[in-house]
Amino acid sequence: MADGELERLIALLARLPGLGPRSARRAVLHLIKKRETLLLPLAAAMEDVAEKVKTCRICGNLDTAEICSICRDPRRERSLLCVVEEVADLWALERAGAFRGVYHVLGGVLSALDGVGPDDLGIDALIERIGSGEISEVILATNATVDGQTTAHYITDRLSSMDVKVSRLAHGVPVGGELDYLDDGTLAAALKARRPF
Amino acid sequence: MHWQDTGFVLSVRRHGENGAVLSLFTRDHGRAAGFVHGGTSRRLRGVLQPGNRVTAAWSGRLAESLGHFSVELAEPLSALLLEDALALAALNAVCAILDTAMAEREAHADIFDATGVLLTALCASPPREWLALYTRWELGLLSSLGFGLDLSRCAVTGAGEGLEYVSPKTGHAVTAAAAGGYAPRLLRLPAYLGGARDYPIREQLADGLALGRHFLEKRLFADRGRGLPQARTMLEERFFAAGGKTADIKNS
Repeated sequence: MADGELERLIALLARLPGLGPRSARRAVLHLIKKRETLLLPLAAAMEDVAEKVKTCRICGNLDTAEICSICRDPRRERSLLCVVEEVADLWALERAGAFRGVYHVLGGVLSALDGVGPDDLGIDALIERIGSGEISEVILATNATVDGQTTAHYITDRLSSMDVKVSRLAHGVPVGGELDYLDDGTLAAALKARRPF
Repeated sequence: MHWQDTGFVLSVRRHGENGAVLSLFTRDHGRAAGFVHGGTSRRLRGVLQPGNRVTAAWSGRLAESLGHFSVELAEPLSALLLEDALALAALNAVCAILDTAMAEREAHADIFDATGVLLTALCASPPREWLALYTRWELGLLSSLGFGLDLSRCAVTGAGEGLEYVSPKTGHAVTAAAAGGYAPRLLRLPAYLGGARDYPIREQLADGLALGRHFLEKRLFADRGRGLPQARTMLEERFFAAGGKTADIKNS
């Protein structure tokens, strides 16, 4: 059995999502086998990330600079602001490449159960940002869950007195989705939000 | 131990990497909790949304164990309400009140049936109708849990007509004449809760919400040291915020 440093590494890896002690042990053995090509570059990359990555002070994205590459990019449309729950959602939208505006990461959703109120999210920072006058449309891209949409409605309320267009993502049939395999909730929402063809 | 029942999802707490502890309000077993394997998975996340009606099978070694739930979606009520801010706020309030107020494993088929009617109305009826139903549901819940108000006759004169106020202390109705100078210190009783058949106007719905809030707070939540659930407060705030926009609940 491994002990000391190895055991510590295994225990730490086992805390990652998707890994348990057994798979962590396998990963560690694999890393040691590929010491030059994998273990050392991985250790260096992790050290770099730990040292350099910060939260962007404008949008909440993760980057090595104080202001992230999206907020710095002059080709981005600054009048379009997309509000997302987490950095993972921002990355998903960026992967799709369909949005050319800027983002705002809330860092969660309103949840009475978990005691998350408006003050715990970056909503005041968002309102302040929109109040600066550069933004003409806010796209609410919170998840299609009860908490996500409750948060979206709350933000819409807060923005009602401001001169800004508010829109939200559509809910419905995904691209490539077959009706037969769709869950009942998605089908019901898609039918309710049907539009003229 | 094993049982099957139909229930409404009240809350879901993430537990471990993929699992969740689900709180359900079932018809024959009351509020029940259980662990759901893969409860936060892509497949089940949409099913385990507050307000959805599910068919659930509970199994555990002993009746008092946390046990496991396996669930199947019966009616996707939450998906139908995602776009309606006021109805969504009401759904959150209903789930939060039931999750906090109901004792675990104590069956209340009457409350379950009333909740079913209310949630269906949230999806299908105009706000003025379901808001009236919602306020009745709150009073019904209080009554079923043993904290009911007596709105049938005046506590002072015994009269059954002209009831316009409710005592904030006793929960008894009072006529306008009997209230006299004490009226400003009493809660207003909207006509539709006093037996009138007319559709309530906006002010009456506001009175109905205030009445429910007062007695939920005083009789149901005061002893629990938690106060009224935040979702219930947000419903009332949303109701007043929606005043200008929702034509249906404007004064008729």
